[in-house]
Amino acid sequence: MADLQDIAIIDPGVDDSIAKLTPERIEKTINRVLTQECAARLEVYLQTCVHCGLCAESCQSYVSRNGDPDYAPVAKVKDTIWEMVRRKGKVDAEFLHNAARIAFIDCGACRRCSMYCPFGIDISYLIMTVRRILNLLGVVPQYLQDTTNSHASTMNQMWVQQDDWIDTLMWQEEDAQAELAGTRIPLDKEGAEIMYSIIGPEPKILAQLIANMAIIFKVAGADWTMPSTDGWDNSNMAMYSGDFETMGRVERLHWERAMQLKVKRIVMGECGHAYRGAVYDGPRWLGWTKPPIPMVHAVEYYYDLLKSGRIKVARKIEEPVTVQDPCNIVRGRGLHDKLRYVVNALCEDFRDMDPRYEHNYCCQAGGGLINCGPPWKLSRMKSNKVKAEQIAETGAHTVITPCHNCHSGIEDIIGHYKLGCHVSFISEMLIKCIEIPQA
Amino acid sequence: MYEFVRGPLVWIAFIGFFGGLAYQLITMARLAKKDKVVYATFDAKFGLRSLFHWVIPFGGRKMQLHPVYTLLSYAFHFCVIVTPLFLMGHAVLWQESWGIRWWSLPEGLADVMTLVVIFGCVFFIIRRLVRPEVRNVSYPSDFLLALLVMAPFVTGFVAHQQWLPYKPMIIIHGLSGVLGLLVIPWTRLVHMLWFVFTRAYMGSEFGAVRHSRDW
Repeated sequence: MADLQDIAIIDPGVDDSIAKLTPERIEKTINRVLTQECAARLEVYLQTCVHCGLCAESCQSYVSRNGDPDYAPVAKVKDTIWEMVRRKGKVDAEFLHNAARIAFIDCGACRRCSMYCPFGIDISYLIMTVRRILNLLGVVPQYLQDTTNSHASTMNQMWVQQDDWIDTLMWQEEDAQAELAGTRIPLDKEGAEIMYSIIGPEPKILAQLIANMAIIFKVAGADWTMPSTDGWDNSNMAMYSGDFETMGRVERLHWERAMQLKVKRIVMGECGHAYRGAVYDGPRWLGWTKPPIPMVHAVEYYYDLLKSGRIKVARKIEEPVTVQDPCNIVRGRGLHDKLRYVVNALCEDFRDMDPRYEHNYCCQAGGGLINCGPPWKLSRMKSNKVKAEQIAETGAHTVITPCHNCHSGIEDIIGHYKLGCHVSFISEMLIKCIEIPQA
Repeated sequence: MYEFVRGPLVWIAFIGFFGGLAYQLITMARLAKKDKVVYATFDAKFGLRSLFHWVIPFGGRKMQLHPVYTLLSYAFHFCVIVTPLFLMGHAVLWQESWGIRWWSLPEGLADVMTLVVIFGCVFFIIRRLVRPEVRNVSYPSDFLLALLVMAPFVTGFVAHQQWLPYKPMIIIHGLSGVLGLLVIPWTRLVHMLWFVFTRAYMGSEFGAVRHSRDW
């Protein structure tokens, strides 16, 4: 039985919107998505699933909620898209209320279940299709919709205005110079090798990470730049709210900025979904087979810098650490080995998680979940019990989280389950560990 | 009745079975053109790599976590396909009808394999009733399909053992087998066809596109 507290949560973005819908609009929208936007994959997945339930234990929400059958991946699709198909779109308000909870909160599209389903059914795709339908009906959790609205009007996730953006970069440049004289954040440098892009929240609430990166780039002698105008944000909450049109606009502008600056590649900060949006979901919606130039995730960039010796480790972190394998860069990009190379280079006492690599449990913060905001936090925490146990078992003082959503999500888990440890981005550790030659 | 089951009905069964599968394949090939990422994603090397890990027993973590279930499911699937193909009783019919000869299973072994299938179906049905996460996503059709798969094996076994009068039993056996073959393309039993494609697709997505492993 799905958690009654969770069912009772009223989110204006969901419930006020549902109240405005008519049965005709619901039916028409659902059928349009099912017949026009979906084709082979939906059909095959519906035909092939033999209702075996082997996917159940793959999902952290199922395991954390003591095997509640309603949280198995197969149950999530049964209670959403199977019913939509079976009833040919004739579903009511209560159904949509639950579908929104299931698609936006219970499932983060992390794809762990596809590794346990013998057929490799893409349950994440089915859930994203439900989100698509709900988005077209205007049924999206309020906080998540706000970030999409921000993307639609400012092209970034956090309503960062043009002047705020440049001011923040200038401020971080000054901060960085206090650490390492001569550090610059070159803006709009045409022909640079690298365009560095970050996620919306960084200038708003984590600005120090920008200064960190400026220092690292200077030490490494990188030829880099950042865009001074819109298109600097590589995050894409529209991808997760089902507003694929806005997702496409945001990604297109991001890539166009890079092409305008004639850079050879984009290096991005430590985020998971941004990689997914920029390299997979965005280009697919735009009809590209792949992006125009390579996108290099921070983990891969740090690996290159350390391996090549362009940055050198002067001291290592001594306290015990563990690492979070973010879904979107491990299942999504196979960066687990490079991640461990970096962690081992910086840390004396690394205690790995179990299960790990592609089998790591999702933090239930990515996938747009944490972006649904405070109304849903307790629900997420309930789905996180197994993650808390996984972290506690390592005995680590610090969890290295090379992903913004994992960082915030695990911070929440540590607080809620009173684990007594901390989270850290890799860039923070790099600043502490690497040789920073003073002029 | 026996002549009908032994003759024209076999034709109907095979035409329906192969024709149905062909129809499904052609329809899906067309639908896949509409779902633009599908053909763009398929990759032979990574598709086969994933298939390999999921066809070999214990080739992936899921199977390693549940050794008993894995062995049971493998035994069931192996026997459900191999037994009808290489049963001596069937081989005799092929030879009588079309002069085709092929190897057949020793009788004792065939008996054991038939019992494995029956036991497997009973196990799946009980599992579906007993495990909450499976019961929650079960419809009447799930039970009916298991019984339908089991039926030709039960009736064939009973007929062969001659526990009940042979002729009527073998007619029911033929009818249940034909029914089973005819419904495969139109029910969830079609997973026997789609497995290769969904697995290869996910293998391609994880392996070729995302440089990671899906087992």
